[in-house]
Amino acid sequence: MTQPVLAVRNLNVRFRTGDGILHAVKGIDLDINPGETVAIVGESGSGKSQTMMSVMGLLASNGWAEGSVKYRGDELIGLPPAKLNDYRGSKLTMIFQEPMTSLDPLYRIGHQLALPLTTHGGMSKSAARKRAIELLELVRIPDPQRRIDSYPHEMSGGQRQRVMIAMALANNPDVLIADEPTTALDVTVQAQILELLADLQKRLGMSIVFITHDLGVVRRFADRTYVMKTGEVVESGETEALFSAPKHPYTKMLIDAEPRGRKEPPPADARVVLDARNVEVTFNTKGGLFGGVKHTLKAVDGVSLSVRAGETVGVVGESGSGKSTLGRAILRLLPASGHVRFEDRNLMPLDRSAMRPLRRHLQLVFQDPFGSLSPRMTAGEIVTEGLLVHDPSISRKDRDRRAAQAFEEVRLNPSWRNRFPHEFSGGQRQRIAIARAMILHPKLVVLDEPTSALDRSVQKEIVDLLRDLQKAHGLAYVFISHDLAVVRALSDEIMVMKSGRVVERGTAEEIFHHPRETYTRDLIAAAFLNADPDEAPGTRHAPLAS
Amino acid sequence: MAEGAVLPVETLKDTVVGRSLWVEARSRLLRNKAAVVSIGLLLFIAIACIFGPFVTGHPFDRVYPDYVRVPASLESYPKADQVEPQIERIGSRVRGKPENITVTGDTVRVTLVGQRPIDERLLAYFERSDLFQAAKVVERADEGRRLVVDVPLKKQYFFFGTDTNGRDLLTRTMKAGQISLAIGLLATFVAILIGVVYGATSGYMGGKVDLVMMRIVDVLYSLPFIFFVIMLVVFFGRNFVLMFIAVGAVEWLDMARIVRGQTLSIKRQEYVQAAEALGVETRGIIRRHVIPNTLGPVVVYMTLLVPKVILLESFLSFLGLGVQEPNTSLGVLISEGAKNIQGAPWMLIYPSITLVTILFCLNFIGDGLRDALDPKDR
Repeated sequence: MTQPVLAVRNLNVRFRTGDGILHAVKGIDLDINPGETVAIVGESGSGKSQTMMSVMGLLASNGWAEGSVKYRGDELIGLPPAKLNDYRGSKLTMIFQEPMTSLDPLYRIGHQLALPLTTHGGMSKSAARKRAIELLELVRIPDPQRRIDSYPHEMSGGQRQRVMIAMALANNPDVLIADEPTTALDVTVQAQILELLADLQKRLGMSIVFITHDLGVVRRFADRTYVMKTGEVVESGETEALFSAPKHPYTKMLIDAEPRGRKEPPPADARVVLDARNVEVTFNTKGGLFGGVKHTLKAVDGVSLSVRAGETVGVVGESGSGKSTLGRAILRLLPASGHVRFEDRNLMPLDRSAMRPLRRHLQLVFQDPFGSLSPRMTAGEIVTEGLLVHDPSISRKDRDRRAAQAFEEVRLNPSWRNRFPHEFSGGQRQRIAIARAMILHPKLVVLDEPTSALDRSVQKEIVDLLRDLQKAHGLAYVFISHDLAVVRALSDEIMVMKSGRVVERGTAEEIFHHPRETYTRDLIAAAFLNADPDEAPGTRHAPLAS
Repeated sequence: MAEGAVLPVETLKDTVVGRSLWVEARSRLLRNKAAVVSIGLLLFIAIACIFGPFVTGHPFDRVYPDYVRVPASLESYPKADQVEPQIERIGSRVRGKPENITVTGDTVRVTLVGQRPIDERLLAYFERSDLFQAAKVVERADEGRRLVVDVPLKKQYFFFGTDTNGRDLLTRTMKAGQISLAIGLLATFVAILIGVVYGATSGYMGGKVDLVMMRIVDVLYSLPFIFFVIMLVVFFGRNFVLMFIAVGAVEWLDMARIVRGQTLSIKRQEYVQAAEALGVETRGIIRRHVIPNTLGPVVVYMTLLVPKVILLESFLSFLGLGVQEPNTSLGVLISEGAKNIQGAPWMLIYPSITLVTILFCLNFIGDGLRDALDPKDR
């Protein structure tokens, strides 16, 4: 056995917080061998990111690490930053989740790429520029000669992540730590980035540490996997073995967490709740106070959809495809043209105040369970705000009772209703948001990526909850998501959107098993829906000899 | 996961009371030593300013002609070297030459020798002086030409000294503190009330409404402040209420801009969109969702605005546009002190220390609040 390039022994990370000391990582051991891809898997709060942050000496100021981290025999813990900089940025590099914020918006990417080269590699400016172009070529950025002088905002998310990878590769590192490198990207871009990483590893022979919650990614790309839970490694081993025979119940739960099951179709005679024809949304960017050039962007271009009671229409597409805009347009939250009928009323001629009484029947659940709850109101107040608006005659006491009922309906402890949103976890917050939508007994609920910000196991619970609520109340759902696994588990009918248009529509069955459009096929291929037992696990890249 | 468990209805009764963000911010603030000390000190100053004038024994506008510009001292007045010249002066009025002046404890024994019999009614001059109480004749000789008189000293304390008119500076500093703090708090309150409502409305409405409302603010901004105050003073005369209006009318502009900026970012938050989707009216959204979430920065700005307003008031008073005699403010006191810096430095030092302490405290509190309300810390 070769000597590991990075050996972590009995690593402890603690944070000093307002409520005492938080023990985030509890004495874990990890080994990264040369040329190997290792995945660290866990849900949010498992300490997977903090482990690698402490290796890089990047812990927040209120945190500290104890134990031992050895890079080829050199101890890293306790090194002063100046000494640590001999390793990080050159031998150990890291790429982060958010490509939008990890590049400095004020500098051209060439400048940012050259920085590690001139500081660590000791190159001259012109040599660094040459190398930067090579690196851009390496990460397959088209036309690197020109792109080297772009600013970060001129690039797409995927391109930025490529630049980040190029930056990390600048000094031929031994270990590349990738902290959820693809989570913020669209599925198709995700697949390209992962493929790039695998290819680079093959060519450059470095080790990659993958921090992720996405088991599909792990299964395809990692040689070995560590599963972390609440600061401890609960299971580790060869990826294939771990997946085919998980021993620890937590690992089993993670693997099992893909939303499963299909929705029962609504009764054939269900009446149409919402019928939208030829919906168009155009955004105008005005050229300031004194006129100027007007730009128009058609975000939704002639989309029609109709939902019956008890039916779910899934809207699938990448970011920028106009799916969220469509959801808001049919609820008349955005100015739109076309025809939208709710039951037997035409919604288009109604203005804001005329829409208000109808809002109780048309609800919306948002993606971000942290942003969609007002931080200064209690959970109970948030849930009952709709009652305050639509049934002002209800007494405070009755409202409180209704809040408790609503909490129970979404399977939350009703005694928590006087807590504030920040005291709940992401999944619990999403339940509160669902309770807020359900308390008015709506007829149509637009679910705008309600599960994307949640861990897989929580996603599953939310999907189950949504299905149960739909059954109990005969709700019509418009389910907007980029996550095909969740869409498949919830929808009767699916629309695939691309740049504002519907490119394909059909029943869930048709779309997943006989996709007609290449775009749809790409989406499905990129989503690694390999937990489905009747599908082949796909081609996993061959593990490198180590 | 435990969060999904359905719980029995009995739990309905005893609800868990959540810790609001305010409660958490308070606990963070209380861990900040500088802020806690500042709060304590500021409270002490405020209480001293409010109740102090009743305790010092000197009304703030009482003039002591015999104690003009006496220096600060922890010991009581009159001092030994003041007694003799004062008795000489009184003696000349009583038409008796003072001899054998002996001070024993709190009384002075003096022998007055006149060429003619001394009118004992004239001994009232002793009582009229700020130094002595009523005199008592102990012994008469030579048909009243020679009087031995016992005069008890009137003990007075001037811890901060007195001003050019012979008024107790401690009491006046307290009175000034009262007025400065009152102006600081009230003008700030006015500024915040107008600023928050105006800014939140402008920011939330957006579009043309926002454009017009903010241009009004810009126009008001461009008015020179001093010119504005002089104009108000010319039209309405100098008075206390005018100070609030003048300062408040200028300071709300900043507040409105800050709150508008906050509102613009809050407006795009999903919880505001969620409220819109629920059909909440504009007023309800501004009141329940926008304003409570802008209050963090507002509170911080408030603690920084109070010292700013106090300074503004001091500045106006320094120029002679502020409060009127016999009322006073820290700015007035400092202005007078500055004129007398050579002969009576205490007149500058003590009011300045008071002002500086108040400003420091408020700034530390503001700093502490900013840290406590910082969302990054959550």
